[in-house]
Amino acid sequence: MRKLLLGDEAIAQGALDAGLSGVYAYPGTPSTEITEYIQNSKLAVERNVHRRWCTNEKTAMEAALGMSFMGKRALVCMKHVGLNVCADPFVNSGMTGVNGGLVVLVADDPSMHSSQDEQDSRFYGKFAMIPTLEPSTQQEAYDMMEKAYELSEEVCLPVLMRVTTRMAHSRAVVEVKETPRAENELNYDAKASHWVLLPGNAIKRNITVTGQQAELEQRAVNSEYNKYIDGADHSMGVIATGIAYNYLMECYPDGCPYPVLKISQYPMPKELIRRMTAECYAVLIAEEGQPFVEDLVRGVMPGNAVIKGRLTGELPRTGELNPDALKKALGLPVSEGYASCEDVAPRPPALCQGCGHRDVYTALNEVLKDYPNARVFGDIGCYTLGFMPPFKAIHSCVDMGASITMAKGAAGSARCHQRECQHHRHHQRQPHHRYDGWSGLGRYRQVRRHLPWPGYDRRAPQGGCSPAQEHARDHASDA
Amino acid sequence: MKTDIILCGVGGQGILSIATVIGEAAMHENLYIKQAEVHGMSQRGGDVQSNLRISSNPIHSDLIAKGSADVIISMEPMEALRYLPFLSKEGWIITSSKPFVNIPNYPEVDTVMADLAKVKNVITLDIEQLAKDNEIPRSANVILLGAAQKALGIEYEKLENAIRRVFGRKGDAVVDANLKALAIGKEAQR
Repeated sequence: MRKLLLGDEAIAQGALDAGLSGVYAYPGTPSTEITEYIQNSKLAVERNVHRRWCTNEKTAMEAALGMSFMGKRALVCMKHVGLNVCADPFVNSGMTGVNGGLVVLVADDPSMHSSQDEQDSRFYGKFAMIPTLEPSTQQEAYDMMEKAYELSEEVCLPVLMRVTTRMAHSRAVVEVKETPRAENELNYDAKASHWVLLPGNAIKRNITVTGQQAELEQRAVNSEYNKYIDGADHSMGVIATGIAYNYLMECYPDGCPYPVLKISQYPMPKELIRRMTAECYAVLIAEEGQPFVEDLVRGVMPGNAVIKGRLTGELPRTGELNPDALKKALGLPVSEGYASCEDVAPRPPALCQGCGHRDVYTALNEVLKDYPNARVFGDIGCYTLGFMPPFKAIHSCVDMGASITMAKGAAGSARCHQRECQHHRHHQRQPHHRYDGWSGLGRYRQVRRHLPWPGYDRRAPQGGCSPAQEHARDHASDA
Repeated sequence: MKTDIILCGVGGQGILSIATVIGEAAMHENLYIKQAEVHGMSQRGGDVQSNLRISSNPIHSDLIAKGSADVIISMEPMEALRYLPFLSKEGWIITSSKPFVNIPNYPEVDTVMADLAKVKNVITLDIEQLAKDNEIPRSANVILLGAAQKALGIEYEKLENAIRRVFGRKGDAVVDANLKALAIGKEAQR
């Protein structure tokens, strides 16, 4: 059956067709549509697949691990920065191992279309010693889900599936199975002590998992997703990972003249890389994300191979790849189109008309007018757009939930400053210096106690009223 | 056949429903499709675009290379100009002529129109007025699709059928309004 699916939807359908019993996730672009698709899927409803948004990525990961413990196939989804939040259970799931297949789906966002950074999740897979898959097409993403569950159950480890924005948010025609696989039976792993990571157990597990790495690498060498395609011209070879392979193929509609190594399964298939460096004079490494493969291939020891990539400037050091970046790296001409038009003005996203955050920022700015050094700690969501004109209302956005905690620390710094002042007697104690130092709210309360309402003498000389009352008065005729 | 299309506009103008109809027509013809969309942080009011590629041969890249788009379909005239570096010298711009001004530094409308006129193949249409005059106010985007039919390289009847399949469950009135819009657009491309 052929379906036009987003990469995210192909992953979701692939998981369902592989006998998924539960999906746990925290939403974040570009991963959100996976869980949404499963939540709305007829098959998931019929089978009563457990499908839950969780408090955060850590609790999602733990729920999925618990389901795997009971022998069922589970999926946990998040964006790349979410993997930081769930790093503890993620890395330790590599120690416990799994019972039912467990796939950790992480969607990276190179070029930061909707993110704070462009961290590359493949690094996590490497240091957690967890096998990693990186599909290059929507069809491969669909097919890989079943293979990922099989791999996970064969090696008794979680599998990290890494996708990027252009895979997650691009549609293509995908051939899907007519008959989904049945779910696993409940199968409690009764005699396994490795679920209890006491040092005594964990030390044994560490030896086992470390010992498995050679086998995992051999699996990558033999993987159907890692292909060595020989070419006539050995002056250069190209290693292309994930969707970078597509951009390479786009450059050569009639086939690439150079040998090509496509990598979509890790740990890195070193044997295949050695073949390329032995047979080719130079190697170009194209990967979507940070130079993960390139750094490992390059190493620090001098060698004969000439290695080109993001670290040597043939490809851009940061940002996502595109067909033109590959053309330049391969020395191919970039097609001449029209020149860019100088009259075009930027049109940044804005808070929707009527959005409640607009009122919050308007009110906040009104209140803070009389405090020139006020700093507002913001958070992640569309309300981060409050940074932009006309509001310019927030001064930080770091990670999910950082607003309150950063405000506490910032207020704490003011408390230290005040103590110092008292100690050195540099300043007279002023009433507005006596705040509790624990929160912006405490300061606000103290200030309120000693100063008239900010709008008191400036806007309401006839007697004074609160901004809310002023607003009601000013807009009484609007209705 | 192979057609590389850039769909663009301002968030909320409905470029993805144009993509859905083209995608449905292409899917029905067993063509290969790749469509990179914009999701995520609130895009309403911001510039949005989607790369849509259809071909009788397998497509590799989800993104269109510079200078190789065959068509830019735009719901807003300045947005059409934003993607000029991607347009092939022989490519077409099919755009709404009505500016959407939600930024303080929007260029003079005459400047935008003069810039558009420098492109070899351009169709500009006041699709909102046409939709209003023909009492199909919600189908303005499909007028644009009709005007792009030849440039897309998809037969008119196939777009009609795709509209019937895409809008079918919304009832005959919606289907008829969109078929009418497609016909108005088709007339305009002459």
